Amino acid sequence: MSSTSKSPWLLHYNASSCNGCDIEILAALTPVYDVERFGIINTGNPAHADIFVVTGGVNEQNKVVLKNLYDQIPEPKVVVAVGICASSGGVFRDCYNISGGVDTIIPVDVYVPGCSVRPEALIEGIVKALGVLEEKRAALEAKK
Amino acid sequence: MDIMFLVGAVLFLILAPIFGGLLTGCDRVLTARFQSRVGPPFLQPFYDVAKLWHKEKAFSNPVEIIFTTAYLVLIAFSGAMLATGGNFLFVVFSLTLAHTFLILAAYAANAPFSHIGAERELLSLMILEPILILLAAGCFMVTGSFETYNMLILGIPGIVFLPGVFIAFIAVLTLILRKSPFDISTSHHAHQELVKGVTSSLSGRSLAKVEIAHWYEMIIFLSMILLFFAGYPVISAIVIILVFLLEIIIDNVFPRVTWKMTIKSLWLITLVLGVGNIVILGILGGMFL
Repeated sequence: MSSTSKSPWLLHYNASSCNGCDIEILAALTPVYDVERFGIINTGNPAHADIFVVTGGVNEQNKVVLKNLYDQIPEPKVVVAVGICASSGGVFRDCYNISGGVDTIIPVDVYVPGCSVRPEALIEGIVKALGVLEEKRAALEAKK
Repeated sequence: MDIMFLVGAVLFLILAPIFGGLLTGCDRVLTARFQSRVGPPFLQPFYDVAKLWHKEKAFSNPVEIIFTTAYLVLIAFSGAMLATGGNFLFVVFSLTLAHTFLILAAYAANAPFSHIGAERELLSLMILEPILILLAAGCFMVTGSFETYNMLILGIPGIVFLPGVFIAFIAVLTLILRKSPFDISTSHHAHQELVKGVTSSLSGRSLAKVEIAHWYEMIIFLSMILLFFAGYPVISAIVIILVFLLEIIIDNVFPRVTWKMTIKSLWLITLVLGVGNIVILGILGGMFL
């Protein structure tokens, strides 16, 4: 386990989520779940982030923003789609304005289903993302 | 003697970031405990910097490499100068120059948050400078020179002559340790108004350098407390620990102090206690010294 997975900083973006999953993400930061135990910080800044946590089914308005944020995160980076809307579009999948999941815009590494997602599932998803992050760092170093 | 100075400087350059990182780790754990959380491991700041070092090199403006490196080098330089009992005015000037480079790094990025952060960093320099100059003036009035070495070998501890300057310095320390004002520059709160302000456009190694420079800075400013208690190492150590705990408590009790409130209160404290102390020392000077 290298420093990369010991210090994962999150960027959370709400791509037209109903706020259900967003509240659960914030719940994970409260004393009950306290994700800072794993060195996780909610940065709110793509330049500092390692893990991109996206909620919502992504609509026409915010898919540009989503792509832009993804491009601004330096490698190695991991995308976690949180909630069923982010994973597949959920019940909104066939709406005229919904892209149908985060993976229609940017590559997603970990899917965390649920409506809304439970903090335990979210933490498990992030821990899974740490494994992916570690692989990506190794791949990046091998490339050098 | 020269060899001793060199050894002192090298020791400082090696040990200061280690202690600075550990202090930051303690800070984060204590803050978490205050909020009834478990908090990160003690070594978390080191993990963070190591991770940043391995991130992709992505720059909003490549000139930030020069600016952030200059910031780190100058902060380390002023710390080494202070550790070897050098000229206090030089220490103050090179600290100012270091901060100017940080501000330039923030201005180099074409990003609004970064620019506002740079402006707020200038404001915090405006708050920091007067008290440092007053401290330098105080040193000169007590010892007759700007050499910190003379302050350290003074028979009577400096706090006897400079109690007002000491209190004003402790008050300003909240700002220097990037604690309380949540909307100034880059306070350590997870979510603050400027999304990390001055460092918002820095990533990877540039951010790591700023973080290491901050560790140096913490040690520099905490060790300035030694100037007030020279000759009493145990008391100095106790005071430094108490001051550090006080800063963490202030940070947690006042999480929503704004930059306007900070400027008003800290300038008032500096003016009344700092300048007042120096004036009284000037008037009474002939009697004691």
